[in-house]
Formats: sequence, C-alpha cells, structure tokens
Amino acid sequence: MGFEFNENVIEHFENPRNVGEIPDADVIETVGSPVCGDMLTLYIKLKDDKIEDIKFKTYGCGAAIATSSLFTELVKGKTVEEALKVTSDVVVEAIGGLPEKKVHCSLLAPDAFKQAIEKYRAKQ
Amino acid sequence: MNRVYLDNSATTAVDPRVIEAMMPYFGERYGNASSLHSFGHEALEAVSIGRKQVATFLGATPKEVYFTAGGTESDNMALQGVAYARKEEGNHIITSSIEHPAVLETCAFLETVGFEVTYLPVDTTGRVLPSTLEAAMTERTTLVSIMHANNEIGTTQDIRDLARVAHDHGALFHTDAVQSAGKLPLDVESLGVDLLSLSGHKIHGPKGIGALYVREGTPIKPVVYGGGHERGLRSSTENVPGIVGVGMACELAHTYLDVDISLMNQMRDALIEGISDTIPQAVLNGHPTERLCNNVNMSFAGVEGEALILSLDRAGIAASTGSACSSKTSKASHVLLAIGLDQALALGSLRLTLSRMNTMEDIAYTIEKLPAMVARFRAMSPLWKEE
Repeated sequence: MGFEFNENVIEHFENPRNVGEIPDADVIETVGSPVCGDMLTLYIKLKDDKIEDIKFKTYGCGAAIATSSLFTELVKGKTVEEALKVTSDVVVEAIGGLPEKKVHCSLLAPDAFKQAIEKYRAKQ
Repeated sequence: MNRVYLDNSATTAVDPRVIEAMMPYFGERYGNASSLHSFGHEALEAVSIGRKQVATFLGATPKEVYFTAGGTESDNMALQGVAYARKEEGNHIITSSIEHPAVLETCAFLETVGFEVTYLPVDTTGRVLPSTLEAAMTERTTLVSIMHANNEIGTTQDIRDLARVAHDHGALFHTDAVQSAGKLPLDVESLGVDLLSLSGHKIHGPKGIGALYVREGTPIKPVVYGGGHERGLRSSTENVPGIVGVGMACELAHTYLDVDISLMNQMRDALIEGISDTIPQAVLNGHPTERLCNNVNMSFAGVEGEALILSLDRAGIAASTGSACSSKTSKASHVLLAIGLDQALALGSLRLTLSRMNTMEDIAYTIEKLPAMVARFRAMSPLWKEE
C-alpha cells in the first residue's frame, strides 16, 4: 500500500500526545466502531468554557492516531468556540498534509469533539 | 537498520541465478521466437527450455504448459476459456468464497454474461469440504475452481479429493497454485487437476510472467486473440526473458523443494510459537496444520492492522494485513470474514509470509520487536480490556 506519510505524521504516530483516559472527565464521547475500521474515544475536562484537559484512545490506523494526537494538542487550552473551529481541514494542514485516501481519518477527532460538546451542552 | 522481508506472499526477491539466466535475453539474444532466422532460433530455444523446466516442475508435458503474463491472467484464461468452450454443455461454475480476486472477479464477470456461479463456504479453518462441493454439483456444472492454498491464511486444500468430486460429475477442475508453488509438491497427476495457474514472481522469478497448465484434450478457448502464439491459446510475442526467468525459478523450486519446505516450516513454527508465547490473546487464523510452510496469520484483539504494519515498517519489518490487494480499502478481508472472524479481529490481522531467503535471525528480530508494538496499540485502544 505504501505509506507516504510525512515526518510530522510519523512523529505524532510514534509519540502521540494526550493518550489515555481522564477519570473525572466532564464528557466522554466515542465515534466510529470496529466495523468502520476506525474508532475514537475522547475524554474532555472543561473549566470556565476552556478545554482544561483532553485525552483520547483510538483503535485506528496510523493517520487516525497522528491526527487525533495533533487535534488534542491544538485544542488544549482553547475555548470551546475556538476549539470547534479546529476542523479536519485545519488538522490536515497543521500536520503538513495526508495522502488522499487517508484524509478521512482526520475527521475522527473533530467529529468526536463536536458530538462531545453537543452532548455536554444538552446535559447542562 | 535491520531490513526483514516477511511479505513473500505479495512478491519474492528474484533469485540471482534467475537474473543471471535472464540477462542475455535482454541484450544480445533479443530475437523474436517466431522469426525464421538465427536470432529467432535462439529465442525459440530459450522458450522451449523454459517450457520444459515448468513442465518438469509440474509433472506435465511441455505442450501442456502455456505462458501468460502472470497468475491473474492464468486464472482468467482457465475460467473464461473453459466456461466459453463448454457453454453448450452447461453454464454452471463452482468456486470457493476465499479465492483470490483474480478468480472471484472473473466469476463475477462471467455472471454478467449468463453463467451461474456457486461460491462454496469454508469451515472456520478455511477448508472446503468435499461433501460441500458434492452437494453443489449439478448436471450443468462444467468447471470447478478451488485454490490449492490461500494467499491470506495459508490454508491448503485436498485438491485430489475435490478434483475427484468434480470429475465424478463430468466437470473439469482448475486450481490456482500461485501460493503453493515452491511450498508444496505440485504434481498435476497426483493432484488430478485439468488446469493449474502459476506465477513467476511468487517463486523468486520475475514479475509479468506466469503459466497455465492445461491437460491435453481439455476444451478451452482463448481470451487473447492475435498471431496464434502458444498454440493459438494466448497470442502475444513471447516474453523470452520472462520465460527464461520463470523456467529457472521453477527449476530451482523443484530442486530445492524439500530443503526449502523444511527451512520455512522451522521458521514458521518458531514465529508462531514466539508470538504466542510473548503476546497475550494472539489468535492464529487458518488451519493449525494444513497450512503453507511460509504462512503466519494472526489477529491481536484490540489492535488495528494497518497501524501495526506501519510500526513494523518503521522497525524495518515488511508485513501485511489482509491481502496486499485489498488493504487500500479499510474493508476487512473477505477470507477472514469467510472463516468467521468478527470485523475487529479481521481488521487486526497480521500476515507474515516467508521464503527460502529468510533466516532465523529475521524471526528472532520480529519476535523481539512485535510484542511492544502490540502492547502500545492495546494501551491506546478503547477496545482493549486488560484481563
């Protein structure tokens, strides 16, 4: 298949940031499933409308791991509104591009985040 | 960095002796084997030696060997060729659900032009039971095509028994032996087959060349028409260097078959044992004993296959998940689903395939690297629960 990943993607794949769980997370959201081939769970801790902490677990390919890692890095410390602007396009650009057939993997984290926030707001 | 190639079911390194044999036919011996002059004679002589080498490897006669551009073309020729040649007698073809796409897609095409195809299920080890075949045979069945060994899980079939069932009902029998060549004895008489597909690049030969064995007297029509090469069955100027290469590859496979099998068996068993001992919940896919000497296919619960391939690649180890053909899509392999694996385990499969060029050092290095990778992915997997 050929892995045409750039060094940034490889670096995040090999040393993903913010992997794990947050025991007292304010909201936890999962997108995807093993049937889709990719699955991601986000744990989010909010404080004063800011992302105080965010962690993820994923069952997914290299691109899913790398883009989820970068996403958590980009949104940590941001306000919810700012974080919602970190779309998959933003992630792909920030990581320096992805092979065409791997772009879909970068949707996981932004999708999970958007759903998590909707879930959180519905609870409030 | 170490570079360990464990993807020999995708392709193999060309043996240096094969390269050496081929080289003159790119250079000074460039003649067309159909020409009447001495340049042509040199080429024809080389083609005829290549044909003899392939025939000897298969226990066939040279005139039963037809050169093609590879395993896929051989499969196409066998299925389309016999289906059309026998269409007055019947329109039913039987194959298995775990065949290579070269067979499955050809069958899918034949369905669009009036043929009926039955895709036999396999058991959880990937075996086609003769009784299942028996039950599917009809008066209209003209051809049965079942692979000798599976490219993903390495399960081997009792071709002799399956061919007998086909023959008892008046059908012809084709087997795709692309993966078993060089790893199992391939004698067309003891296998009892009418047609058999072979590929050069899976047995340390060049890419772009293959062969189809067609038992003398078998009704078959060409797929490719033209100048009448290969006794009219496959027109196209002979690929002389390719034929010399596949011929030499067959000769080497034939000469060293017993040694190669015993070496690969030893490495395969060490790999399976090493992985099973160091990685919890590692499941061997396929058959425990009726499997190719070069195939290891394992699933690791909670781990996604492609990420694992990337990590292995970073450590210099070349492996594959599913089949190399289907891994561009993130669909689970049709073979692993056919043997009853759930989607997650199917997507988490790792295929390691050996050749005679691997060493026990390759195996030790792989066993040293793999457990930490699996552990890393499991630690970040929402699907993995530590027992």
